[in-house]
Amino acid sequence: MTAGAARAMNATVETHAFDLAKSSVRDLNAALHALKPGSNASLWRVANPRGLHAIAAGLDAPVTVEVDGPAGYYCAGMNKQATVIVRGAAGVGVAENMMSGFVHVEGDASQAAGATAHGGTLVIDGDAGARCGISMKGVDIVVKGSIGHMSAFMAQAGTLTVFGDAGDALGDSIYEARLYVRGSVKSLGADCVEKELRDEHRKELFERFRLAGIDGQIDPSEFRRYGSARNLYHFHVDNASAY
Amino acid sequence: MCGIVGLFLKDPSLEPKLGEMLGQMLGVMCDRGPDSAGFAVYGGGAPGKIKLTLRAPAGYDFAPVGAALGDGAELETRATHAVLTIADSREAEARDTIAKQFKDVTVVGAGQRMELYKEVGLPSDVATSFKLSGMSGTHGIGHTRMATESAVTTNGAHPFSTGADQCLVHNGSLSNHRSVRRDLERAGFSVNTDNDSEVAAGYLSWRMKEGRSLGEALEDSLDDLDGFYTFVVGTETGFGVIRDPIACKPAVMAETDQYVAFGSEYRALAGLPGIETAKVWEPEPAKVYFWDRAA
Repeated sequence: MTAGAARAMNATVETHAFDLAKSSVRDLNAALHALKPGSNASLWRVANPRGLHAIAAGLDAPVTVEVDGPAGYYCAGMNKQATVIVRGAAGVGVAENMMSGFVHVEGDASQAAGATAHGGTLVIDGDAGARCGISMKGVDIVVKGSIGHMSAFMAQAGTLTVFGDAGDALGDSIYEARLYVRGSVKSLGADCVEKELRDEHRKELFERFRLAGIDGQIDPSEFRRYGSARNLYHFHVDNASAY
Repeated sequence: MCGIVGLFLKDPSLEPKLGEMLGQMLGVMCDRGPDSAGFAVYGGGAPGKIKLTLRAPAGYDFAPVGAALGDGAELETRATHAVLTIADSREAEARDTIAKQFKDVTVVGAGQRMELYKEVGLPSDVATSFKLSGMSGTHGIGHTRMATESAVTTNGAHPFSTGADQCLVHNGSLSNHRSVRRDLERAGFSVNTDNDSEVAAGYLSWRMKEGRSLGEALEDSLDDLDGFYTFVVGTETGFGVIRDPIACKPAVMAETDQYVAFGSEYRALAGLPGIETAKVWEPEPAKVYFWDRAA
């Protein structure tokens, strides 16, 4: 069980219901943005999301938001502190530029999940589309399904853990970030190479499983590690064709 | 940006509601393309008859067109468009009569079952003006346009039809449409507008005329068309979807026992019956998807 789910089950938490068939996303987000730093943890249940964009974007409070269905673009974008649970699929850019907090998508995620995110944890129960973790800067992303092409493109920091397969050009032009894939990798991008999976990485994977609430169920040794060969950091004329 | 939608019914009991469902999907996509809109619906048709969709300036009286073609010509007017139904043996005669006697009238689509409507304006207003919600049919496609490659005109709106019962809507932009246009002209296909999407429609019509199936023609497009594209295409019996290998442009599909639906975003599909339990997925890059009623 995730931290958010555990919190959601705590009956003493102050609960708010919000129906997006009756109110706008702007109203919802305004109410969430109005929460003062240090305000009490509260639970916000959001009904009828119907793929609407920017649900629970820009939060900065230790609240839990449960989105009861499919969310559209940029759900939980720029998230700080909050736990956002999507009980369905998420559109383009879920948890984009997240700084901290926890975002859990119970269905599939579209393209650019966790793009540029600096921190926090993003867990996707289904598949993620293309460009998952593009330019990630410190977020921990766990995908229980597979990821699409060009994932972790120009990744700078953080971890991307994939239980299924990765598409073409994984980790193209990667700076620093650790990519763990259990299944097949269709192809590696420029300057991304497979690296040895040492004990420190098994330990790190175990921590990621714990974040996703599935520690103890999977052997970290089943994963392979990928990262930067660090050949494209500085201009070198022999690499001109790779830039 | 642009928004595209498509709906292919498997359950005949939904056919009277095709226009209503497609119109609702198109309305949700207004904010992806507010400058113009269009749609094609595969409705009723009779063997031996052809339907020509005609377009003319606002307020035009189409009645003389029907009168000029005499008995056996039926005409149904919807705002700036009219559907002329006539024996298919008289198609050339009808086109010739229209070209010579009715300078303001353009033939925008032809086929046994396809009707095609498009106009400048907010998509929901365009759908209302053509009374889309009252149309029935087996499948249909629609487009809301945010122009990039050519001007905001009715001619630049989608769908484009370049063959009998064939039409295409496109989200994206093609970078080699000038050279493909020359290839098509050499093959005897004229492209009427400056629009890159019409080139794509012409390309698929050309491949199918060469004997390729819709699915095979879409496969061919992966080699020959360069740029960003998600296409949704319709034929008399079929409905197909393809995305370019980079998959820049968004696409979501849903399938139930009753229908297959396409939307640029999930929002467009959210109002469909049974969507909560539908199989919903994003079509993979460079993979052809198509459904055929004849199969």
